Parts: sequence; C-alpha cells; structure tokens
Amino acid sequence: MRHDLPLSENSSSVRRMSNVATSPSRFAALANPTRFLQLSGAIQPWLYGLALVVLAAGLFLALTAPDDYQQGSTVRIMFIHVPFAWIAMMTWTVMSVSALGTLVWRHPLADVSVKAAAPIGAVFTFLSLVTGSIWGRPMWGTWWVWDARLTSVFILFLMYLGLIALTRALEDPGRSARAAAVLVLVGFVNIPIIKFSVDWWNTLHQPASVMRVDGPAMPAAFLVPLLVCAAGFTLLFFAMHLTAMRTEVLRRRVMALSRLAARASGA
Amino acid sequence: MTRKQKRLFSIGGVMMVLAVAAGLVLTALSDSIAFFMSPTDIAEKAPSPSQRVRLGGLVEEGSVERGASQTVRFRITDTVQSVPVTFTGLLPDLFREGQGVVAEGTLSPDHVFVADSVLAKHDENYMPKEVEDDLKARGLWQHTGEPTASAPATPAPHVGAGA
Repeated sequence: MRHDLPLSENSSSVRRMSNVATSPSRFAALANPTRFLQLSGAIQPWLYGLALVVLAAGLFLALTAPDDYQQGSTVRIMFIHVPFAWIAMMTWTVMSVSALGTLVWRHPLADVSVKAAAPIGAVFTFLSLVTGSIWGRPMWGTWWVWDARLTSVFILFLMYLGLIALTRALEDPGRSARAAAVLVLVGFVNIPIIKFSVDWWNTLHQPASVMRVDGPAMPAAFLVPLLVCAAGFTLLFFAMHLTAMRTEVLRRRVMALSRLAARASGA
Repeated sequence: MTRKQKRLFSIGGVMMVLAVAAGLVLTALSDSIAFFMSPTDIAEKAPSPSQRVRLGGLVEEGSVERGASQTVRFRITDTVQSVPVTFTGLLPDLFREGQGVVAEGTLSPDHVFVADSVLAKHDENYMPKEVEDDLKARGLWQHTGEPTASAPATPAPHVGAGA
C-alpha cells in the first residue's frame, strides 16, 4: 500500500470526496450555499421582528421593575449587563460547535459561522465589561478590579479580538478556517473558568444568582425582566449572526467569481 | 472507526489534556488568583507590614466607630476570626454593618489592618424595596442584610418605580 504513494494519496482524496458527498448529515442540505441563502433569507425578517418585540417588552419590564433594597435604581443595569455577559459566553460556545463542524465534518458553512460570530461576540463582551464597570463604580466603589471573574471575561474579549484578526489575516478561507477552529476550541477552556470563577476563588464579583444548583436567588420581579431581556438579546444575536453569515457567503461567492473571471481573461 | 469519529476523538483527547493543564495551572496559582484573604487566612499566616494585601469579610455588627475627619474603625469578620480595620476616606454606598467588604492595605505590627481603600462586595441576593419596607413594617426584617428566604417573591403592583 505504501509503495504507490501518489496513487494511494489520490485514491484517498477521492474517497474523502465521495465520503462527504454521500454522508447522511442532518445539515447536508444546508451545505449548499444557495439553499442556505434562500432559507436564511426567509427566516431573517421574522427573527429580527421577534427580537425587536421581545426586546421592547424586556426593556419596558426592566424600566418598570421595582428598586432593589440595596442597590436602589442601579439594579436596572443588571437587566442588560447579565444578558450581555451570557451572550458573550454563548457566542463562543456557538463558535466552538461550529469549529467542530469545520474540523470534524468539514461543513462548508461552519467556518462562515465562526467568522461571522466573532465580531458580534466581541461587541457583546465589550458591552458586558462596560456596563459592569458602570455598575461597579457606585456599588463596589471601583470601576475595575483584577479579580478572577473580571479578568477571565477580559481574556475572553482579547481572544475575540485575536480571532477576528486571525479570520481576516489569511486570504484563503480554507487555511484560516482550520487555524480559527483550533483557536476557538482552545479558547473554549476559558468558558467554564468564567462561569465558575466566582465559586472557585474569592472574587469581588458576586456569585451566580440565576443559574445555580438550588434555583435562582432572585424574586420574580427581577427574574422575569432579566429573562425576557436575555431572550430578546439572544434572538437579536441569532438574527445578526444570520445576516453576517449571509454577507460572508455572498462575499466568498464574489471572490470565487472574480477569481474565475480573472482566470478566464488571463487564459 | 470512520475518519470523522477518529477526528472527533482526537479533538476530544486534546481538549481533555488542555482542560487538565488549565486546571493544574489554575490550582497552582489559586493563591494569587484569589482576590482577597479572609481573617482566618490572616490569623494563620500574617503578612509582613510591608506587604500589601486585600482583606475580605463581613463588617462585624456593632463594630463601626466613626472618628474625627472621615476616619472609620470597624472589624472585618468571617464569623471565625476578626481583624480590626482603620480607614480614612469615603466609603462606598453599600458599606454598612453586616455587609461584605474588601479592604486593601497593610497589616500593621500591632495587628490592625490599615486600609487605604474599601470596596463593597455585593451578594447574590435581590429583593424589591417594597418587600423590605413591608418586612420592616411587620417586624420580620432580619437586620444582617441577608434577605430572608421566606420573603414573598412578587411585590405589590407598583407604578412609576425608581428614577
């Protein structure tokens, strides 16, 4: 088998191609970019509409929520800060699943998903840092401390920036896809660290109030606006992610077409 | 085993190794990752007077004495040990007896913690202000700042809350 190396390499690549073509994948139909553009184009307006309705309801509930007994009116920052932080972590998780799609299933849209999600995740991370800082100044008495929660979220922000640079540094999408997928999976180690940092170490940041084993430590008057806001921002994330993916698919199509045109005119 | 399964398992293996490595690093560094020391930590190994440390715990009930020119004396406790603290300056809004705080400064040779900054540590509990007022009116309020678990979950309907 090893003697006819060129031939075996050739046959294995043929086998790989046929493997991809015949593999029964749940997302196989979506792998066709034209199908994806059709489907996402139909879903997109509904997703944006739903996001805006839920967000409007969430923000109304947030503004009419009662004052907290300790924080007073400042508690309202929590209704946007916490969803931003959740989505910052969720976006990296979405990208990690996509990275598996790139490395394991070689799904053509997986890399598009990673590249499209990174800037959105970076913005949500930045907003969670800023809103947290604005809350921290009156409540803690400081804009920023280097405790485990704040530092690990700051590292997440830096990783988003690195990923954005990486996905845009290389011209060839195939090569940057692998590198980006590896970076995303390595960076995923940080996500549980962010989540459990407040339990594992002494931090200035308070421990979890909502997602904890013995149920939320938050009365419904605060929990309902928070969850509605979180649902609204999550819908908004997926709507924007879809738009960014469509843009990237179209961009790659334009690149491919212009390459073809250049080759045709050169020949 | 198909090629995809092989890739999936090798990625899983690499992720496991990474997670273990990260876990080991973080465990080794846990002393410096911890944001503050507790009074018990201070009692076990007192930092030298030149070393800046952060001390975290609850402000002991009845220990706050306000002296002249913004100087405040209080004790920080973790209910096992407590450390006397002096601080000159503005305290955060949430500072009160029973509140979690983090003080930064040095431990003087006579075991008084001289803080140059005091941060309030918020806890994970939330309660509408009306519930607090209601509990106080009915004499059920437990002063410690920890809301009672039996607090009613829904506040009375409320118009034009807050700012």
